[in-house]
Amino acid sequence: MLAKCQKTFYVGFRAGQALPEKVKIVEVGPRDGLQNEKTIVPTETKIHLIDMLSASGLPVIEATSFVSPKWVPQMADQVEVMKGIGRIPGVSYPVLTPNLKGFQAAVKAGASEVAIFGAASELFSKKNINCSVDESLQRFNDVMKAAKEAGVPVRGYVSCVVGCPYEGKVAPEKVAYVAKRLYSMGCYEISLGDTIGVGTPGSMIEMLEAVSKEVPISALAVHCHDTYGQALANILVALQMGIGVVDSSVAGLGGCPYAQGASGNVATEDVVYMLHGLGIQTGVDLSKLMDAGAFICRTLNRKSNSKVAQAVCKL
Amino acid sequence: MSSKLKAPCSLEWYSSPLFLFDIVPQTITGHAYPKFVKIVEVGPRDGLQNEKEIVPTGVKIQLIDMLSGAGLPVIEATSFVSSKWVPQMADHSDVLRGIQRAPHVQYPVLTPNLQGFQDAVAAGATEVAVFGSASETFSKKNINCSIDESMLRFEEVINTARERQIPVRGYVSCALGCPHEGHIEPSKVAEVAKRLYEMGCYEISLGDTIGVGTPGSMFKMLQSVMKEVPTSALAVHCHDTYGQALPNILTALQMGVCVVDSAVAGLGGCPYAQGSSGNVSTEDVLYMLHGMDIETGVNIAKVIEAGDFICNALRRETNSKVARAKGRTL
Repeated sequence: MLAKCQKTFYVGFRAGQALPEKVKIVEVGPRDGLQNEKTIVPTETKIHLIDMLSASGLPVIEATSFVSPKWVPQMADQVEVMKGIGRIPGVSYPVLTPNLKGFQAAVKAGASEVAIFGAASELFSKKNINCSVDESLQRFNDVMKAAKEAGVPVRGYVSCVVGCPYEGKVAPEKVAYVAKRLYSMGCYEISLGDTIGVGTPGSMIEMLEAVSKEVPISALAVHCHDTYGQALANILVALQMGIGVVDSSVAGLGGCPYAQGASGNVATEDVVYMLHGLGIQTGVDLSKLMDAGAFICRTLNRKSNSKVAQAVCKL
Repeated sequence: MSSKLKAPCSLEWYSSPLFLFDIVPQTITGHAYPKFVKIVEVGPRDGLQNEKEIVPTGVKIQLIDMLSGAGLPVIEATSFVSSKWVPQMADHSDVLRGIQRAPHVQYPVLTPNLQGFQDAVAAGATEVAVFGSASETFSKKNINCSIDESMLRFEEVINTARERQIPVRGYVSCALGCPHEGHIEPSKVAEVAKRLYEMGCYEISLGDTIGVGTPGSMFKMLQSVMKEVPTSALAVHCHDTYGQALPNILTALQMGVCVVDSAVAGLGGCPYAQGSSGNVSTEDVLYMLHGMDIETGVNIAKVIEAGDFICNALRRETNSKVARAKGRTL
């Protein structure tokens, strides 16, 4: 009981940290979002979406993924998308590169930043990419080496940071281990993903405390899913711990493959609304962002997952 | 400055730098989280009141009984307003008489005036609630009188309630924004809260009626109110219209508030944003609190069951993300 009281007090005490003045939003809608949508979206639509997102002031927009189209048909037009978008100076357009071949194709298509994915859960790694966590990190060595030679920055993702659909609870130390490996390998930023959205401010803080012992907070980002409605609360505690990079998806694109019909990515509009309400700068024009969300939802013929979008459309 | 403000309730207004002109705190206080949070379940009243379909009395009673079985300590059962204004609550006496009252559970009812209070007591009410507003325009449009006039009405209720030793809970609506006036000064919220508290309300529930609040505005409002009313007598009633309810509740907890209003299945839309959500879902609040090792005494699985029951009866989907996810996980 005493330990519980102490833990509660400590958690509250850490919450007294100053909030960042600026937060960098990493928009993952065109990749992570669309990848989880059933309807194949035409290339021109993807390009138009990315262009609208660029115009809204987002500093980072994950454009596409250089995985084999056999596995992810939605991303088959990766080269055309990369070549078709209007690149705004100062905006990054990272792409996923699961292996060296993908990296080479990405660079050839004009990519100037890439991303790699690790998992904090062994079972998830095996079921998802058919190898252990250590094996997956080794595969990325080739990508890291080539990226270093080409002067291309690499972002690292860690999935299942608070829970795994197969293993259940994930040990914070395991997350810290994978994050540290990716960071030591040369990733400039590590995005910690609550893949199934089960995290709460409690488990989030526990995990972030473990990871921040191994990786500087300035190199950390949070990628929260809103499957259980916890995303914004989780993002808030991450901000209170000093984290200044948040991943989100316009219109909350991308459901949860582990909870059919449930939501997945947190909606960028809802994140920006909260950040602006806190006086935190993002550089994003919320109404232009909402235009982009309205556009893609019209095309997909579905309702936005963003509550801000749903509310404002009715005012 | 005010001439530059765009129309209240447009998105531009809420994100304009002028709205944020007041210094926004860069720190959330280092308050420890409460070990226990009291959940005030408002689904059967605030929730159903905002549902279009009239719910049969038997269904309302069963819902309340299921919620009692889930361990909720407070369940707002019904409202003694004129059925002319709120047809959904026309069966108030039957509901109050029909429910199984679990020991240690409170079943407050709304009583907008003395007549309503007397009817409530005749029907067996042992706790009542009155509703004030922090916005003059909202007060006039909603209950056809100014804030001051409404306070006089409530004073009658509170004094009579005191004679009968019936506790009274006070609500302040539009605490973080008004659909007509837009921005509401935290000092105005504090003033209304203080009046209700000094008149004799044991608890003041601060309502973000249109869900526009964020942790920034929640912090500023609570800072102001806490100067006038003890934190232990405060509750937050957050709407999730803009998805901000849980971070707002989290902020309130960080400031020492330990009473949270919510509605099973997120019952009750927003009358000011057609089709949008209103009340925050009890299930989603519980998920967050339990994940933080904060006790509530509530069995979340039983609340989900109650939510399933009422959503089936209303033939609509739940607004709770937890219920939706749990219903469909592999």
